[in-house]
Amino acid sequence: MTRRIFIVNAALATVLTMGVASAQEVLINAAGATFPYPMYSKWFDEYHKKTNAQINYASIGSGGGIAQVTAGTVDFGASDGPMTDEQIKAFQDKRGMAILHFPTVLGAVVPTYNIPGVAGSLNFTGEALAGIYLGKITKWNDPELTKANPGVKLPGSNIVVVHRSDGSGTTYIWTDYLSKISKEWETRVGKATSVKWPVGLGGKGNEGVSGSVQQTANSIGYVELIYAIQNKMTYGKVKNAAGDFIQASLAGVTAAAAGATMPDDFRVSITNAPGKTAYPISSFTWLLIPAKIADPAKKKAITGFLSWMLTDGQKMTAALSYAPLPNAVVTKEMKAIAKIQ
Amino acid sequence: MHRLRSGDDIAYVITLTCALTILALTALLVFELYKNSAVPRHQFGWSFLVTSTWDPVTGEFGALPFIYGTVVTSGLALFLGIPLGVGAAIFLAELAPAKISNALTFLIELLAAVPSVIFGLLGIFVLVPALIALEPVIRGVLGWTPLFSGPFYGVSMLSAGVVLSVMIIPFIISISREVIRAVPTEQREGALALGATKWETTWDVVIPFARTGIMGSIFLALARSLGETMAVTMVIGNDPAIHASLFAPGYSIAAVIANEFAEATGDLYLGSLIELGLVLFGLTIIINGLARVLVLSTTKKGAS
Repeated sequence: MTRRIFIVNAALATVLTMGVASAQEVLINAAGATFPYPMYSKWFDEYHKKTNAQINYASIGSGGGIAQVTAGTVDFGASDGPMTDEQIKAFQDKRGMAILHFPTVLGAVVPTYNIPGVAGSLNFTGEALAGIYLGKITKWNDPELTKANPGVKLPGSNIVVVHRSDGSGTTYIWTDYLSKISKEWETRVGKATSVKWPVGLGGKGNEGVSGSVQQTANSIGYVELIYAIQNKMTYGKVKNAAGDFIQASLAGVTAAAAGATMPDDFRVSITNAPGKTAYPISSFTWLLIPAKIADPAKKKAITGFLSWMLTDGQKMTAALSYAPLPNAVVTKEMKAIAKIQ
Repeated sequence: MHRLRSGDDIAYVITLTCALTILALTALLVFELYKNSAVPRHQFGWSFLVTSTWDPVTGEFGALPFIYGTVVTSGLALFLGIPLGVGAAIFLAELAPAKISNALTFLIELLAAVPSVIFGLLGIFVLVPALIALEPVIRGVLGWTPLFSGPFYGVSMLSAGVVLSVMIIPFIISISREVIRAVPTEQREGALALGATKWETTWDVVIPFARTGIMGSIFLALARSLGETMAVTMVIGNDPAIHASLFAPGYSIAAVIANEFAEATGDLYLGSLIELGLVLFGLTIIINGLARVLVLSTTKKGAS
């Protein structure tokens, strides 16, 4: 059934755009992650102004993006988490070719909280966050928290844990980080866009989590950095692998990306990355491009877009509060574009 | 082929086609849900309905907490909504002056057209804080029952039930008022002539006469509350666990489908969400069937 819905979606998108497209226009359909949607929307619009390529992007979620590109109903997909080995194999079996990952921008997830009487930014160790979300640290004056926050008077009240209820890349990054910090988290819960939460209330979307946190005394939740910046929320500093408490910022996220060793297929997790200024709960978001594009016009448009996105496109990221790629990653991706046949 | 002579034949064919289309759509829906949930049905069998683990990471899926949350919140909505809705309908149809009745009915019908996300937002920003403020009172009066025990964070099955009741009341009022008004005047005149008071006439004659229609309005309300997604997920707390307390968070079938479908990958996970859709369909049929049996039995008793 899902596949049928996708076909209908893709067909609808095509029909809707046919009216405005002139004869030489190259129409490209893409679908996937919602997190980078504002950035992609801006990029595709700017790129359309420069060239004859019109890219329609449906922000249906990373899972949908992977499913659609595998089914071949869109020209490329987008995802907040890299495809798993099984998903890559499924793509290979179905389409008879490889799928390439291209990082586009970076995102980060920050802890946000509401403790009456405590203002300003609290320090969180990874162990504290894992303990709270496992339900093992239940009070705000737990030693793990007071030790990291000397001089702050934390109350002895129970911690109310809030998490995302909808499947999301934000949850993927958060649980990926907790899995790296805590063995128990890795075995008991694991990492995914939705998990079986040991404790807590579920809020729908960033707004659902931040709404619950704001209304519930002594609560903690997690939201995307962009959401926190745009809504001027207070959020906590998190201890990175080098041992420093880092307040998330676009520069700190890019630093995390620069610190990670990039494999040739670009499928890398940069949570808890090394580097003194690296913010530990960061991640790339990826475009998923089939390795063979039969239509030469489409191939030209997609490869053209990739190299434009890596150069001029990266300059537009800060205006929308996305963290740009580090230079080394851009250079490596530029070379990888040649893999598209 | 039979020749269509009169307008009657044409109307017959057209309306028959309409009716068959609805039937075909329902059948197709069930078929698609059944077909696409093959993977989890083979893997879990009937245990899908009675286990309560929902873990996308390990691929274990059980529907029980969602079934529980759906039934409890809808039950609570009806418990609050039926007396309020039917009471208001009686007032508007029988007791209120026509001007007031028409004006109020217009407003109530507007309420029925409000999108559910608005009810959800009102739930988060108005109802939940109000319930938090009211909590000590509720706990003081009813705290001795297991239904109102444990910590209360605002988002809960109680909040979801209350929001749902607000959403279904317009349906109950609007339809019940129409059917009460449709009761023949002779019925009322007869009762009054026999010496009944106005209230006795309403309660003992008019309401029993309109009972089937009122039950119809309640079925519609029930269907809406079982399937409501947006407003419920915003206030229920989205925790797939079974708690006796209405103060505790829960989860409903429609809410988990809406929350997780977009990011679900793999046949087992997607299939399990689709199977939940099938379960909701079955649940609706069973509850509606039970309610119909109930109505049938009371109607027979009334007739004898």
